[in-house]
Amino acid sequence: MKRTINILVSIIMVAGLVSCNNGGNKRGNKGQGGLATNAAEKVYVAPGEHDEFYAFVSGGFSGQLSVYGLPSGRLFKVIPVFSQDPEKAYGYNEESKPMLETSYGFVPWGDSHHPDISQTNGELDGRWVFINENNTPRIARIDLTTFETAEILEVPNSAGNHSSSFVTENTEYVVAGTRFSVPIPQRDMPIKDYKGNFKGALSFISVDPESGSMAIKFQLLMPGFDYDLSHPGRDKSHGWFFFTTYNTEEANTLLEVNASQNDKDFIAAVNWKKIEEYVNNGGGTKVPANYAHNVYNDETHSATSTMLKEVLTVNPLDVPGAVYFLPTPKSPHGCDVDPTGEYIVGNGKLSADLTVHSFTKMLDAIEKKKFDGEAYGIPILKFEDVLAGVVKQPGLGPLHTEFDGKGNAYTTFFISSEVVKWKLGTWEVVDRQPVFYSVGHGMIPGGNSRKPFGKYFVALNKITKDRYLPTGPEVTQSAQLFDITGDKMELLLDFPTIGEPHYAAGIPAEIVAKNSKQIFKLSENKHPYATLTDGDARVERKGNEVHIYMTMIRSHFNPDNIEGVKVGDKVFFHVTNHEQDYDVPHGISMIGANTSELLIMPGQTETFIWYPKQPGVWPFYCPDFCSALHQEMQGYVRVSPAGSNTELKFSLGED
Amino acid sequence: MKKAGIIMIIGSLLLLGLFKFPLWNIMLGAPQYPNPLGMDIYIKGIQGVQEFDIQNIDGLNHYIGMKTIPEPKDMWEFQVFPMVIGAMVALGVLIGLLGFFGKVSYKWFLGWFLFMSVLGIMGMYDFNSWLLEYGTDLNPKAIMKLLNPDGTPMSYKPPLIGYQKMLNFDVDSWPATGAYMMFVGMMLTIVAFFVGKKEYKKSN
Repeated sequence: MKRTINILVSIIMVAGLVSCNNGGNKRGNKGQGGLATNAAEKVYVAPGEHDEFYAFVSGGFSGQLSVYGLPSGRLFKVIPVFSQDPEKAYGYNEESKPMLETSYGFVPWGDSHHPDISQTNGELDGRWVFINENNTPRIARIDLTTFETAEILEVPNSAGNHSSSFVTENTEYVVAGTRFSVPIPQRDMPIKDYKGNFKGALSFISVDPESGSMAIKFQLLMPGFDYDLSHPGRDKSHGWFFFTTYNTEEANTLLEVNASQNDKDFIAAVNWKKIEEYVNNGGGTKVPANYAHNVYNDETHSATSTMLKEVLTVNPLDVPGAVYFLPTPKSPHGCDVDPTGEYIVGNGKLSADLTVHSFTKMLDAIEKKKFDGEAYGIPILKFEDVLAGVVKQPGLGPLHTEFDGKGNAYTTFFISSEVVKWKLGTWEVVDRQPVFYSVGHGMIPGGNSRKPFGKYFVALNKITKDRYLPTGPEVTQSAQLFDITGDKMELLLDFPTIGEPHYAAGIPAEIVAKNSKQIFKLSENKHPYATLTDGDARVERKGNEVHIYMTMIRSHFNPDNIEGVKVGDKVFFHVTNHEQDYDVPHGISMIGANTSELLIMPGQTETFIWYPKQPGVWPFYCPDFCSALHQEMQGYVRVSPAGSNTELKFSLGED
Repeated sequence: MKKAGIIMIIGSLLLLGLFKFPLWNIMLGAPQYPNPLGMDIYIKGIQGVQEFDIQNIDGLNHYIGMKTIPEPKDMWEFQVFPMVIGAMVALGVLIGLLGFFGKVSYKWFLGWFLFMSVLGIMGMYDFNSWLLEYGTDLNPKAIMKLLNPDGTPMSYKPPLIGYQKMLNFDVDSWPATGAYMMFVGMMLTIVAFFVGKKEYKKSN
């Protein structure tokens, strides 16, 4: 009997193998069966082992940046960037609230799109990740020693901050281009007068090589097209930046039709080194502006928000030879430059073909002045003179291209839902694999730098439908991992993502992991309300404000009992975690507080405000299971009626 | 006795390593501490292997009511040990020099070794009794009061030398660089004795 079952099992398994193999090339196949390949082995990271790569995946409309491991697809952390996060008190505690200040006031949400890792000599250096906020234009810098948002800079004169946030070879600039052109400066005017009156600002944000601090060096005020995506030149084309445009028709309504009429739109080639020189020599016009610069300090554990009042603008016509238009068929979306810097790929999303321009030919055409007219005074180069080649009929709806550093390019096709591998130079398609479904960006670790790590390709999909267990009308977003070491791409893994994964940036773990901080040193804590020794723990009243200077260590708060608080008071809990041990955060949460918990890392100080509303004795506790005596980590605040004269008292360990 | 004198001097000087390197090392690993906590015991005091190890060991020890790890000023040993070692180095070098110039007999080398050995054993005995006191003199209000199977209070004395499992911790206690230098130095003084003896016989 047992033997019969064994034989039966064997037959079923063999059948499975055969059917998986046969189905490998069929459309609509749900991936390549794990039994047919060693896919499971390739993504298996044994318990306690570490992944080979970090992947920083944009959270899209979640506003955040998630950190995954590859090849396992395991989620490690969601870094709050542009949206409030009650789990980490980001945008809730007094320290981080300034991070979300803008010229429009406090904005609790953002739409994060394109993470890009800082580079040195065109190679990933793993110091910072930059990411753009599309809706209320901002650029954030995430520090990869703390994996926290260190800085957010608002971008004035921009709207739909989409062709962002891509870094130049030595992180000289992080670039932020506007998707929507707008009146600059903003003013009340009829929308129908868009054409010729709106402008598109391309912002070059300098990055301090030591501190990473960002500042807008200049804004290039371009004609009123939509600037969709961008990419810096690499290696030989270092010094240039390329932006795809659509709506060169300058339509202002029903864009899906009216902005799709021109046979060709443009890739704008910007010689930023030339403009930088012009600006350094006093060029450009300073104009009034109002935009927030928010900086988080790891020593004060607090952010500050400063409103900047001026920005330097540059009219491209004032810098001859700085900007050219490369005609590119049909509303190009992604703009990608290969690792050598020679090829500029325009992913014409409504075109059947994929257009690749040559940097060398572009320089030659510029030198020989082979112009095909101009647009608002900016020379248009002749399409045929800059064209390097065309990938014929590769698929439908090309969006983005990444590179493996071995002469291959990988283009995503939204409409035909596939990723297509083709060869640079010969333009021949060598492989195609379906994705599930409708891929947006793709990502190869380092795949937009001079030195890609061409081992994996991650497809960042827009639609999942039936790929996972259903969870009602809203289902997860998803990424798919391909092994690209062989001739054929091999699908290894599907994994869910946070929000919408627009773009991602991958980097070998060894570059980043060694710099990751374990604790903040208490001795370096310069928070103005820090309580650095237990002897300094206290409660102070200033009018109706009560400031509680509290410490926490396994497994108690000091003080833990407080009396003399009254209804109508504004109670500040300034709480310092005295642990200096790795992975021992403590939290604090107050019953009925109209804010989030605090989650405080060792050596850090954070503050929340509580408005007691009713007389009584109200408990607080540590919401992070910190130790064997976590359940004992609690305290009480006695609240007396307004106007009563209960003495202000605090204690710890008194019987 | 030139050669023997030089060996004696080198041997004695190796004890100076104790001023720079730890004498003993105790490491505490546990499931929650894959990167173990550790104490380096110097003749002048106790230091954490990593910056905050002492604070973290004290933090853990407070659950079972152990006293905090002593500061140099809390123990007379940390004042006396450096003086004793310093004096013994000076004495060893002096004997070596006198030996080198033929002013004293090679037997002095052995004498120094024996004296140093007695001091060493006394030091070990003192160290062990401190460990015993540290591991058994517990706060009666300790959060966790653990008993042995026979009902006696559990001792948290780390082993003087070797490995021991204590609750969730793997405790390793071994001599460290300073002790090895001292050991080699003391062995050299024995070598000096025998070399001196040989040289003496040859010259007579």
